[in-house]
Amino acid sequence: MPNIDVKSRVEDGGITMSNRVAIIGVGMCKFGELWDRSLRDITLEAGLYSIFDSGVRGADIDGLVIGNMSAGRFTGQEHLGAQAVDIGGLGDMPAYSVEAACASGGAAVRQAYMAIKSGEHDVMLVLGAEKMSDVNQTEAMNTISVASDWEWEGMFGATFPALYAFMARRHMKDYGTTEEQLAMPTVKNHKNAEHNEWAQFQRAVPIGVVMGSGLLADPLRVLHSAPVTDGAAGLVMCREDLAKKYTDTPVFIESSTQAGDTLALHDRKSITTMNAVVNSSRLALKEAGLELKDIDVLELHDSFSIGEIILTEDVGIAKKGEGGKALEEGITEIGGKFPVNTSGGLKARGHPVGATGVAQIVEIALQLRGDAEKRQVKGAEKGLAVNIGGTGATSIAHILGR
Amino acid sequence: MAEQGVAQIWRRIKSIYNIQGNKCETCKTYFFPPRPVCPTCRRKGKLVDYHFKGLGSIYSFAIVRQAPDDFKLEIPYVIAQVELDEGCRLTAQIVNVDPENVEIGMRVRACFRKIKEFGQSGVIMYGYKFEPTMKVTGHQK
Repeated sequence: MPNIDVKSRVEDGGITMSNRVAIIGVGMCKFGELWDRSLRDITLEAGLYSIFDSGVRGADIDGLVIGNMSAGRFTGQEHLGAQAVDIGGLGDMPAYSVEAACASGGAAVRQAYMAIKSGEHDVMLVLGAEKMSDVNQTEAMNTISVASDWEWEGMFGATFPALYAFMARRHMKDYGTTEEQLAMPTVKNHKNAEHNEWAQFQRAVPIGVVMGSGLLADPLRVLHSAPVTDGAAGLVMCREDLAKKYTDTPVFIESSTQAGDTLALHDRKSITTMNAVVNSSRLALKEAGLELKDIDVLELHDSFSIGEIILTEDVGIAKKGEGGKALEEGITEIGGKFPVNTSGGLKARGHPVGATGVAQIVEIALQLRGDAEKRQVKGAEKGLAVNIGGTGATSIAHILGR
Repeated sequence: MAEQGVAQIWRRIKSIYNIQGNKCETCKTYFFPPRPVCPTCRRKGKLVDYHFKGLGSIYSFAIVRQAPDDFKLEIPYVIAQVELDEGCRLTAQIVNVDPENVEIGMRVRACFRKIKEFGQSGVIMYGYKFEPTMKVTGHQK
């Protein structure tokens, strides 16, 4: 394979192809249990918001990708690409949905990135959406569980929280991670979400409340876990050379990488590290020509608080086993060296499964544009988002820069 | 069309009744559930059926307090990753022990139990759960 500098531009027969892809518009609906709004309503809102933010007209968009995990089970509707184009009045453009469990949103961003980079598309609308509250809590949990190995884990009684509880218990045993540390991602992320008007829970929770909340699967508690959320998020992405035509504050995707691991958690050598996260985030830094110290803000997949602790280590902010300590030292707070989940993360912003990966990119883009208001990380220039599927069988990393 | 769960269970009966997996003769690795391809050796691998002894120890576990309807009657129950003596891990319930007494490293052996029902009119799934070994059986390591 030829060694092409990711930032270089290739002259090809008079047509300038861009090696970088720009994000020129972002949008979301407010996340929450939105009983009065349908999957169509929230998809439309996120899409329109992104388009208005970008300055493009509908006619400028030549393709749509939507990330979604399981609308068929949550709402009875599939074929979401066609639905999104139809309700947006966007005509007959190519559109489809992509699925990678909880990483479906990240996968949608990556699909559009590849489509634009290849030269096949110029301007694309990327959406992520999940409507989870149309089914009851049990059915919602069953549907999430199929992100793991259903036939060999779920069917034997391993709920999704139980699988993360395996990780938590082993992490506590091997590295001495404490119950206080296990509660800290929740406390930090709720505090961050106080200033995010799109977040499901815009309020702080004291550590005692987290530690005293109901047990889901010991040692994991309700407040260690991301909630059931309805929500949609969107981005308008385009070729680098078109970006300035639409906006003065484009943000660029410096790298987009993906790595995998076994579907079942019990097939991994270690359950306290996610190889897919290690590999995708290292590769993302390499492809962007950056080091971790260059990253100013991060969104890390905290579907359970132990997830944020493990990802903090696997991305390299903390040594293995010291993710809890990094939280205690405030390294991952806004104002710390590596602010993690300034949006509130999955825990407090909410976790509409297919929308999450897109919402992470929305947050990083806002931070780099300087539009994150009271939760702004001063002078942020580079940001990393890591979106994982299942118990780490898929990891998708994006590095953004301005 | 098969009744709910029937075909899904029936085609895996050997494995879920008897803990039958396989072993790659090339790299000497054991697999449960059985793998169609050895991920290390791929086309150079040689997979043969293997009947696991059903002995192992608890690698990690959770006490499930909120579960889907199929398992609601059993709450709180212990679900664990069991590391089999042959070297691979599986996910199974731990029974015949007070949840508070379960710990990482505990020796366990397989037992045959009802796993779940597929709704009121669906098939009943049987298969492996694990229980603490007893000194008299000589299953302690």
